[in-house]
Amino acid sequence: MRAAFIRTLSELAEHDRRITLIVGELGFGVVESFAERFPKQFLNAGVAEQNMTGIAAGMALSGKVVFTYSIANFPTLRCLEQVRNDVCYHNANVKIVAVGGGFAYGSLGMTHHATEDLAIMRTLPGMVVVAPGDPVEADLATRAVVSDSRPSYLRLGRAGEPTVHPRGVSFQLGRAITVRNGDDLTLISTGGLLHTSVQLADRLAKVGFSARVLSMHTVKPLDTEAVLAAARETRAIITLEEHSVIGGLGGAVAEVLAESGELRVPFKRLGLPSYFSPYVGSQEFLKAAYGLSLDGILLSLKPVLDLANT
Amino acid sequence: MIEIGKVKALAKRLRIRTIQMVHEARSAHVASSLSMADLLAVLYGCVLKVDPTQPDWSERDRFILSKGHGCAGLYAVLAELGFFPLTWLDDFCQDGSRLAGHITHHGVPGVEVSTGSLGHGLPMGCGLALASKRDGQPYRVYTLLSDGECDEGSNWEAALFAAHHALDNLIAIVDYNKIQSLGTVQEVLKLEPLAAKWEAFGWGVREIDGHDFEQILRALTSIPFAPGRPTCIIAHTVKGKGVSFMENKLRWHYRSPDNDELRRALAELEVAE
Repeated sequence: MRAAFIRTLSELAEHDRRITLIVGELGFGVVESFAERFPKQFLNAGVAEQNMTGIAAGMALSGKVVFTYSIANFPTLRCLEQVRNDVCYHNANVKIVAVGGGFAYGSLGMTHHATEDLAIMRTLPGMVVVAPGDPVEADLATRAVVSDSRPSYLRLGRAGEPTVHPRGVSFQLGRAITVRNGDDLTLISTGGLLHTSVQLADRLAKVGFSARVLSMHTVKPLDTEAVLAAARETRAIITLEEHSVIGGLGGAVAEVLAESGELRVPFKRLGLPSYFSPYVGSQEFLKAAYGLSLDGILLSLKPVLDLANT
Repeated sequence: MIEIGKVKALAKRLRIRTIQMVHEARSAHVASSLSMADLLAVLYGCVLKVDPTQPDWSERDRFILSKGHGCAGLYAVLAELGFFPLTWLDDFCQDGSRLAGHITHHGVPGVEVSTGSLGHGLPMGCGLALASKRDGQPYRVYTLLSDGECDEGSNWEAALFAAHHALDNLIAIVDYNKIQSLGTVQEVLKLEPLAAKWEAFGWGVREIDGHDFEQILRALTSIPFAPGRPTCIIAHTVKGKGVSFMENKLRWHYRSPDNDELRRALAELEVAE
């Protein structure tokens, strides 16, 4: 996703001189080509995220479209108040890019696990929150946030995520993409668990369940229509995210379902419980430890599937 | 030719309006507005290139009040210049007012950015100053900081950045009134040697008497002090300046003048030069 992002941004920057990329002394091996091609549209702010974010707001107030780029929680939580006050309150045209959503930097330890970012960014007034599910979505999301003047948060994976969508898939901020149609249950995922969701749908098909798969790349504004349609048309809803179950995609979908009133549908949030990982390991290892591997998910879904079948 | 007399008269009006606003609103930070009144009067009276009839003029100088709690003074000077009606000052901080108790740009012509949490103005100023340079724009960016605000690390991130990028169109003015919320700067967190710190960070620095109009004007018309360097003006000021019983008193960081204090303060200011 990282490579897709920088490739698309370079393409856009060529034609739109307002686009400026500010990195917080991170992006080795990724951002150099952009810096060389567009020296007047690039800036390394150093290891100083508060200043980086304030600078981004200031440049945006001068008419630029500014991307801040760092990894994990550094461009969000480290400078949260700058994001809230300088960016959101001024409705500054700033796009915050975090590489390494969830456990992408798994073995680097707790500091590098971005596992509450969606919830926190989602509460900020005016902020659009996007977690692309594959490199195709990362490309399209980058284009979409440039065409939209609101502040936005782009939560990317890292490298090597499988491509799920065919080229040319239709992408719109705030509109879920239906990856699979199905009537029995709906899997709603955000970010890199999209591929797992599709695999899960395949496995469920083998045991007789027809699963709808929604890629909810935009966590805010949430596609409430897609959620409500799933509640009406299918018999269970499961959310999947590499993020705390508090306040992210699962929380957002739960809010919609709870307020919908008449809709009573079995519902399960799959994600991370609210404790710091006691484990050391790769992204795949940590996901498995938290029950987010394919087998782990199937195990935890059994009660929901039983309920949906009754 | 700049008429110092007019600037002095403006400073006097700012002080009077500030005290009236804070009294009416029962709000705080009157002394913080008074210490910077002379700086604001010189800036808006004869230095900043701004146009009240076109608040969004693209080539205007940008002024950022990073010590957002001193907002009464800034609202007052903007109203005096005609950015918005003086009557707006009457309901400062009241229910339904346009003017919040920390400087707020929403719906208020002339306010560049909103602050209130300290340490935000200089980083945003860096962004504006860098954009000005990259776009070949003529404007300068002036940021007014409090001394207590210099405790915030983000200022020093910005100080490194501005010098590294040779932002000689960026000016930081420190309203060095020596008193913070809970004690003096000396008691809370020592800043000295303050000028040497900014110099060490690569800025051109001058210390002035922040109530001496000639000195303020001379400093503000000699920018940049060194080619290719951002400018820091350390303005030695008196907290509560202009009202004898407020001057250098910690309690006036938060206290709001009651009816009697308002009367006494206005009486002093009216007869002042």
